[in-house]
Amino acid sequence: MTIASQPAGQSGEQSVAPIDLVTVTVDGIAVQVPKGSLVIRVAEQMGIEIPRFCDHPLLDPVAACRMCLIEIEGMPKPQPACAITVTDGMVVHTQRTSEVADKAQEGVMEFLLLNHPLDCPICDKGGECPLQNQAMSAGRGESRFEGAKRTFPKPINVSAQILLDRERCVSCARCTRFADQIAGDPMLELLERGAQQQVGVAEDAPFDSYFSGNTIQICPVGALTSSLYRFRSRPFDLVSTPTACEHCASGCALRTDVRRGEVTRRLAWDDPDVNEEWNCDKGRFAFRYLHEGRIESPLVREDGQLRPASWPEAIDIAARGLAAADSRVGVLTGGRLTREDAYAYAKFARAVLHTDDIDFRARISSDEEAAFLAAVVAGRPLGPTYADLDSAPAVVLVGFEPEDESPIVFLRLRRAARATGTRVLGVSARHTRGLHKMDGQWVPCQPGAEGQLLRSALDGADDHGLAAALREPGAVLLVGERLAAVPGALSAAAALSAATGAALGWVPRRAGERGALDAGAVAGLLPGGRSISDPQARIDVAGVWGVSPDELPRYPGRRDTAAICHAVTPSSPASNLPVQATVDAEEVPATALVIAGVEPADDPARETLLAACEGPAFVVALATHHSEVTERADVVFPVAVVAEKAGSFTDWEGRVRTFGPAIRDAQTLPDGRVLAMIADAMDAPFGSGEVAQLRAELQALDAPSTIERPSPPDTAASIPADSGLRLASWRLLLDRGVLQEGEPHLAATARPTMAVMSAATAAAQGVADADFIRVVGPRGSTEVPLELDEVVHDTVWLPMHSPDCSILLDLGARPGDIVRVERAAGTMEASA
Amino acid sequence: MTAETAAEMDRIVARYPNSRSAVMPLLHLMQSEQGEITIGAIGAIAERLDLTTAEVSAVSTFYTMYKRRRVGEHHIGVCTNTLCAVLGGDAVYDALSRRLGIGHNETTPDGRFHLERIECQAACTHAPVMTVDWEFMDDQTPASAVGVIDRLDAGEPVASTRGPMIRDFAATEHTLAFPDDGLAGEGTPVDALMLAGLTVARERGMSAPAANSQQGQESQQSVESEESSR
Amino acid sequence: MSTPLTPVITEHWDHPDLFTLEGYRRTGGYTALAKALSMDPDAIIGTVKDSGLRGRGGAGFPTGLKWSFVPQGDGKPHYLVVNADESEPGACKDVPIMIANPHALVEGVIITSFAIRANHAFIYIRGEVPEAIRRVANAVREAEAAGLIGTNILGSGFDLKITVHSGAGAYICGEETALLDSLEGYRGQPRLKPPFPAVAGLYASPTVVNNVETITNIPWIVNNGADWFRQFGTEKSPGFKVFAVSGHVRRPGIYEAPLGITMRELLDYAGGMREGSEVKFWIPGGSSVPMLTAEHLDVPLTYEAMAEIGTMLGTGTPMVFDQTVSVVKAVTRWLEFYKHESCGKCTPCREGTYWITGVLQRFEEGRGTDPDLDLLNELCSQIMGRSFCALGDAAATPFPAAVKLFRDEFLTATTTPVDESFDPARSYVFTADALEGVNA
Ligand SMILES: Cc1cc2nc3c(=O)[nH]c(=O)nc-3n(C[C@H](O)[C@H](O)[C@H](O)COP(=O)(O)O)c2cc1C
Ligand code: SF4
Ligand code: FES
Repeated sequence: MTIASQPAGQSGEQSVAPIDLVTVTVDGIAVQVPKGSLVIRVAEQMGIEIPRFCDHPLLDPVAACRMCLIEIEGMPKPQPACAITVTDGMVVHTQRTSEVADKAQEGVMEFLLLNHPLDCPICDKGGECPLQNQAMSAGRGESRFEGAKRTFPKPINVSAQILLDRERCVSCARCTRFADQIAGDPMLELLERGAQQQVGVAEDAPFDSYFSGNTIQICPVGALTSSLYRFRSRPFDLVSTPTACEHCASGCALRTDVRRGEVTRRLAWDDPDVNEEWNCDKGRFAFRYLHEGRIESPLVREDGQLRPASWPEAIDIAARGLAAADSRVGVLTGGRLTREDAYAYAKFARAVLHTDDIDFRARISSDEEAAFLAAVVAGRPLGPTYADLDSAPAVVLVGFEPEDESPIVFLRLRRAARATGTRVLGVSARHTRGLHKMDGQWVPCQPGAEGQLLRSALDGADDHGLAAALREPGAVLLVGERLAAVPGALSAAAALSAATGAALGWVPRRAGERGALDAGAVAGLLPGGRSISDPQARIDVAGVWGVSPDELPRYPGRRDTAAICHAVTPSSPASNLPVQATVDAEEVPATALVIAGVEPADDPARETLLAACEGPAFVVALATHHSEVTERADVVFPVAVVAEKAGSFTDWEGRVRTFGPAIRDAQTLPDGRVLAMIADAMDAPFGSGEVAQLRAELQALDAPSTIERPSPPDTAASIPADSGLRLASWRLLLDRGVLQEGEPHLAATARPTMAVMSAATAAAQGVADADFIRVVGPRGSTEVPLELDEVVHDTVWLPMHSPDCSILLDLGARPGDIVRVERAAGTMEASA
Repeated sequence: MTAETAAEMDRIVARYPNSRSAVMPLLHLMQSEQGEITIGAIGAIAERLDLTTAEVSAVSTFYTMYKRRRVGEHHIGVCTNTLCAVLGGDAVYDALSRRLGIGHNETTPDGRFHLERIECQAACTHAPVMTVDWEFMDDQTPASAVGVIDRLDAGEPVASTRGPMIRDFAATEHTLAFPDDGLAGEGTPVDALMLAGLTVARERGMSAPAANSQQGQESQQSVESEESSR
Repeated sequence: MSTPLTPVITEHWDHPDLFTLEGYRRTGGYTALAKALSMDPDAIIGTVKDSGLRGRGGAGFPTGLKWSFVPQGDGKPHYLVVNADESEPGACKDVPIMIANPHALVEGVIITSFAIRANHAFIYIRGEVPEAIRRVANAVREAEAAGLIGTNILGSGFDLKITVHSGAGAYICGEETALLDSLEGYRGQPRLKPPFPAVAGLYASPTVVNNVETITNIPWIVNNGADWFRQFGTEKSPGFKVFAVSGHVRRPGIYEAPLGITMRELLDYAGGMREGSEVKFWIPGGSSVPMLTAEHLDVPLTYEAMAEIGTMLGTGTPMVFDQTVSVVKAVTRWLEFYKHESCGKCTPCREGTYWITGVLQRFEEGRGTDPDLDLLNELCSQIMGRSFCALGDAAATPFPAAVKLFRDEFLTATTTPVDESFDPARSYVFTADALEGVNA
């Protein structure tokens, strides 16, 4: 909005104004603003604050609270500034210049306070409450009301996480409009009528929305509170820091509030380019892990047992062990590190350990994926972006369920679908609630057949109109990280994007994946997407690192956890090794592992990893919490959690999200500092490992514009020939993830663990709706209730890693694998 | 849910271009079957219309005719809005409350009668107004109103003053869901008060001037000429 | 010279079978439809415009003008919605029309739909009047069976579906945008305007909302022309009106007369006040318009004359109260009604009615105070013009009007309960014997 301020009375010169601008006068000041602007926004831009409660810039206006009444010349009654759009020549008087407006606002404030309790001293919102603040400025000193205030038995749980004190509510309907308009979860509604009107849920269905916490934040009074924060703190006790969310690749800007060294609350921060003013409940509520179950001191193994050790001792042991391995070292970083820390590992591996056996992908991955990332993602500039989703005529999703896997992408797509009619086409085994909420078109696809489907669209057999949609200028193709499980799918996606001109976005789940990729924490790639085989790249990088290019590993390393672990486990039958490394790679077994924040349960190579840790290899773990890895490591270093350090994450768009430490006086060290200490003990050049140094180097190594890129992989898409019941799966937003630990209220709002099948498939399998069924995979089975819904035939959907159902751990199966189902005998009676 | 109810739901939904519009008649239908709006009813409607149960509850709790507690066999309403009240509605209400031993929005323990103070019934010319299962019982006195209850209690037939014989609450709710209930010809709903003006006009020989056909044509022409001048 | 009664809409109400298609046809029913279908739809709108017909729902908006706001050729479906929610205290003329002559309404609906190019019309009838609902539904079915509704009506190529919709007890649903939300299956709370229904109404499509009586006028206007219609009433208030007179009069009931008739004349037709009684206050058209006294009995009942004396014609359904009635009690009851019916959406109406009602109840119990009267006036002014819709304005209307005329009575109620000052039994329309036996 451009506001050209000019003195009142000179608006006659508007003939030069572009046609879409109109001139309005607010409190005597004439401004030119775009036609159709709301009076309340115009005043805001001019620095004139009109009090309001129901108004919210991201919700449709309702003009219900009547707090923002202002006077408009020529109109007989005061008008709500939040719902009146400006017209040319309009003359507005706010409470500052109009007795009518001032009286109207004072009257509304008096009415609002009529039934509002005077419990500010014990209310969570006290001190940061719009009603409290505006009552001070716009209210009458004393209440003239002598009757009894409306009371409600308090409070009610609208969900396991969210409580509602109804007597505090001012019926602004922000929360209910958010639930309906933004989240698409109209489970929080206004009930009853008149003075009895109240927010509530149905008797049988709580407000289980992934976005529920936003309602607390936008409630202009203290009516909505979280179980987590209720009565915990007062605003003046808090130290607030702008941060970025570590839970997924959506990239939300957050505000982290710390009280006496502990994170007590997280809020969504306003970033119009990314999360607007919203975030998801995981980002808001999953933070107890920051403080619970932390490793407190370095540990070293002695006589088979881990014992606490001093930092110097542990550093010394680690340095000696790693030096002994002499480049036969693998580095596993996981996908959760900050960009700076991931870079530190990338550099540590190449410049200190002289190995290229490094991978951040502690999940299902493939060589094809690595080639795909190197060709079309690593080191690429920003884009496609959220704004591109806003304006896209069509967005095709493959291997990606945004509501679960990148919730802000979901909110943006939903808004785009509603506001600008963006068509969302979801290639998926299942027609999901999320796709319904985006009014999307379901493109049914058997798990494992995604590549084939994209190929046929590319080849002109475009039954679902995918290629046609992607050919529309501005269209976007979004692929999820789990497409790595499907041979040929990422190749086909790259080819389809190239053929149609659609922008291609890769959306990983974890916050650190894109940053780790760009920082070079993957075999074959140096920072900025440079190839380790590119001589010029080696010179550039070695220059920044202060080493000779010859000291960098000569050949691309092994490309995933399994390959890296097999290599450090001499007992592993080499014949089982898929040919991972290039032919020239040294076949000498490595003998050490450096492992950062890896959760083995997330990785199909878990057993290989654990076997490697238990074997003769020397294992150094840098971790915040104990895990199956730290239990088996030789040296364990405690490192800082995100709240204790500065850093950044790169979101799925490629946008860097920088943050400072929320807990400013933490005694913990970030990974980079620990690596620097080890390097120092190994007499290797590394630098201080401080965030500032790492950032400066990253900047120096930013992707050059003229980077030589490998061509995308061209793996043939094949559908496995064997027939049977196929497994479809992805991770639900709220599941068994380790960062959600310690949050029972949040966990209680997770979607229940269910198997999902079509009615026809269920019938063919001899099972029925609501049956307890046993799903049997290669390694084991799990028992879950069955729900019938829209799923492609011969397919059963399971959550990937939820309570009572982890497909990797329990079934030993990956999406696309063949599984078996049967009725779980006895459980029906047991549950009855 | 019976197949019959499911079919009735479908018929209601078919009346509207947009299925959500069916929520009110569906609530009436459920209320006619269950005597109140139960969680089950809300769930069935939500499922049929692809809404959340909260969305249906938001609607059902807004309107006073949808009851959260079982109404029982007969719904007895007494208008106590100003005009009816001062013309005797208050006394009628008090008499019924004593006769039934219940107050506003309560049901007799035997489940036969539910009493409610109701708002203006668009029958002020017939004050004081009572309703039985929402059928008009006009021009009541305390004695006549109690008499109505006595007869209903005894199982005797009772005729609405402007409408059919009294059935029960469930039947009326079904009419609200399916308005064409075949009873339009029952009773004598056009009574002397509705004919008061016509009667006076007849007595005094008054009538509206009939249309002069010429005039009619003229006005027709003037429309056309205005039309062509546009 | 007194104004004669002019039964037009009510002319044949004494035919026992008028409610049937056959009975209605015998009185000339559906001839207007045949005529209308041969006309250009715009010409029908023109005739209605020329007639000067003003909406009978209370606001008196010119009907033809409203129809002409519907954009034509916009490719969207259009809808007609008949407002049959008649719930305003005192209003009781639409329900009798629907009971006595439902086919006239249906004929009006078909003609109007044809004029505004709507292929689906809805009649939203308040749920508490099943007799009106069944009679209108019966008429719709009969008309359908006779090919007057359906596809290619009378060979004109015009298609129409009519849906009768039952409300469920909410006065606010008479407000046209709340009605539309209710009809769409939401809580009946009013919508922001603009957009106005004529542009984006039902299902966001162009929609005309008209009152039952308004639409019932249409067949006569089409048949007899605008000039014929204009010989009734005044320049600014043309036509006839179905007045419903209630209260302490000898013969309450429906009286159809030209607009411009006076209350004194209507009272005369209604047999005057009951034995020994005189007019204390009366309200021309529903509790939402300011009350008047005997002094205003000779003011013509037109939109303009009523506005001149600070009230409104409203629904044109006068309620007349005699000296036995406590104005404090009357106003308190109305406010209890508005509190009960406030939809809850906006603060002034929701909280204001809650507050005012409580204060008035103290007066009713003889516990009001002098300063409370100023407080009440101020609270009313804090609602008037500031609420979301006109329900709030309506709620803020009875008290200021009453206290202006009867301040002393409110002052008495600062010491004496109104039931002591005004024995309720004296205002009952039945005698003490009717109370006997049941009071035991
Ligand atoms: C609170 C409220 C209640 C209303 N109730 C009714 C009603 O019951 N019937 C009606 O026709 N108009 C009612 N109206 C007026 C309508 O909003 C609208 O003006 C009318 O239906 C338009 O029809 P008309 O132009 O034919 O009069 C009400 C308005 C308000 C503010
Ligand atoms: S709970 Fe808060 S956000 Fe929701 S309507 Fe009430 S005041 Fe508004
Ligand atoms: S902020 Fe404008 S009416 Fe609420």
